[in-house]
Amino acid sequence: MNSTLASVKIEQLKSIKWPELIVKTLMPMIGIALFLMVWHAAAPNIKTSLGDFPQPKQVFEQWGNLVDEYTAEQAREAKYYERQDKRNAELIAKDPEAKLDERPFSGRPTFFDKIETSLVTVLSGFLVATIIAIPVGIMIGLSQPLYNAINPLIQLFKPVSPLAWLPLVTLVVSAVYVSDAPMFSKSYIISLLTVSLCSLWPTMLNTAVGVAGVSKDLINVSRVLRLGWFTHVVKIVLPSAIPMMFTGLRISLGIAWMVLIAAEMLSQNPGLGKFVWDEFQNGSSDSLSRICLAILVIGLIGFLLDRTILMLQTYINWDKSAVVR
Amino acid sequence: MSQIHLELSRVGIEFPTPKGPFCALQNVDLKIKKGEFVSLIGHSGCGKSTVLNIVAGLYQATTGGVMLNGREVNEPGPERAVVFQNHSLLPWLTAYENVELGVKRVFKGRKTKAEMREWIEHNLELVHMTHALHKRPDELSGGMKQRVGIARALAMEPQVLLMDEPFGALDALTRAHLQDSLMEIQNELGNTVIMITHDVDEAVLLSDRIVMMTNGPAATVGEILDVPLARPRNRLELADNAEYNHYRSSVLRFLYEKQKKIESIDAKRAEKKQDKGTAEKSKSVA
Repeated sequence: MNSTLASVKIEQLKSIKWPELIVKTLMPMIGIALFLMVWHAAAPNIKTSLGDFPQPKQVFEQWGNLVDEYTAEQAREAKYYERQDKRNAELIAKDPEAKLDERPFSGRPTFFDKIETSLVTVLSGFLVATIIAIPVGIMIGLSQPLYNAINPLIQLFKPVSPLAWLPLVTLVVSAVYVSDAPMFSKSYIISLLTVSLCSLWPTMLNTAVGVAGVSKDLINVSRVLRLGWFTHVVKIVLPSAIPMMFTGLRISLGIAWMVLIAAEMLSQNPGLGKFVWDEFQNGSSDSLSRICLAILVIGLIGFLLDRTILMLQTYINWDKSAVVR
Repeated sequence: MSQIHLELSRVGIEFPTPKGPFCALQNVDLKIKKGEFVSLIGHSGCGKSTVLNIVAGLYQATTGGVMLNGREVNEPGPERAVVFQNHSLLPWLTAYENVELGVKRVFKGRKTKAEMREWIEHNLELVHMTHALHKRPDELSGGMKQRVGIARALAMEPQVLLMDEPFGALDALTRAHLQDSLMEIQNELGNTVIMITHDVDEAVLLSDRIVMMTNGPAATVGEILDVPLARPRNRLELADNAEYNHYRSSVLRFLYEKQKKIESIDAKRAEKKQDKGTAEKSKSVA
């Protein structure tokens, strides 16, 4: 009895594929550890005008500082509203008709507010880009003449750097978007449009290729059934273009996030780009560490955005066997 | 004797190639009666599929034409349903939804929702697929996919059922199984069927008439063989049947004596190149 139990246990141990486990969990950790070690060793050798290049430890300390700043700012905000409510209550008590003075708290945006601003800006820019890119992509994918007409423009504008668009967008927005009580700040609109302009091309092209690449057999099925144009597009063309569409969307979102940081730096949209720029202009002893931290956070958010699109893809795509990586 | 249902007269087709027009078919004449099961057999590249595609309306004949019930056919339509060789099911729809697509198109306004539902299920039952109504093609085996393809075609209540090597991609056992199913259905519904095949046994077992095609280019109808074997036919009984074997050997003799095909390596290469060329054309937008 005992011996069989023991043999079962040994079998179980054998069934774990150790090499695979090591490759999947241990290797990434080794990679990260090596990187941190090299960074740690090399940093003191780089002397900058703001002191030595920060080591990993100093960078992670800044995380604590930024969290502290955030909690302090939140406490200030809570107090501000407490005072305002109290004042208003007193006013009401004196005179029920009194005009109340309600103003939103206008504190400094903290690191986490800036992350939020960046996310809102990039997602709205990406949304605008997608709303333009997918219908246009479908149209040029369905019509070869239309594709021939629009393709040169796509090829012309696709490689343009966000830094080249930005001055133009800034001037146009400043001239066109004039309002006494603007719903959005100009810097937000400028960053959003720059992100859209740079990120709509991959989605457009990939959608067009996906739409044009519908299998001939399926087109024949559609012809034999004499499906109408609309049914043909909805039932045959769009589903078969979905994998390519998502490939485009993924590339687009990656570009959007990269462009956003640059756009925020120059348009002064209070997001992560402005955070990096402000620290650069500040030149305090913490600045370098904070910039390093911002870079890590930007990378991490970019990674998470990419994963989100992947999750969406596995959810929407009919081809569950498709390998996503 | 029922009258002519489908008629091909002097059908010929030329494809443009860089080296000038290539004549694939010439003077194909064929008269098919209602309820008849006709097989087209011939060596690969002889234009069997081209004939079928012309009847389906997917290709336009360069000369001659196709008449269905006295009216000329020049575009595809659900009254000439096609069962494609590689099933061509929409991979994002379930078996039920694939059949539904055709049914909705054909019976819109003629059947209520409940009737359509019943009709779809009835057709999937005909091909013995009720157990997998809500499975997608990638969850089905090759034979099951082809069954759904047949159900999709049958559900459109076509006047002519066109089958392009429907069992060509299946293993021998599955193929035999599907052939039996097809005979059963044919017995019940009495459809007019044109089937392309390269399998001599399949042709003799299923057909009322076998149309043997000569080798291309400029292929045409070589011989037509009547197969008046009694129905229902049973493959085991027929295996030792002298009449059956006689028909079988006449088809074999046509294919391997009269139309003996020795392809030179150069010709094969050229054919492959041409295939690639057309494949690339269809993807040229990228």
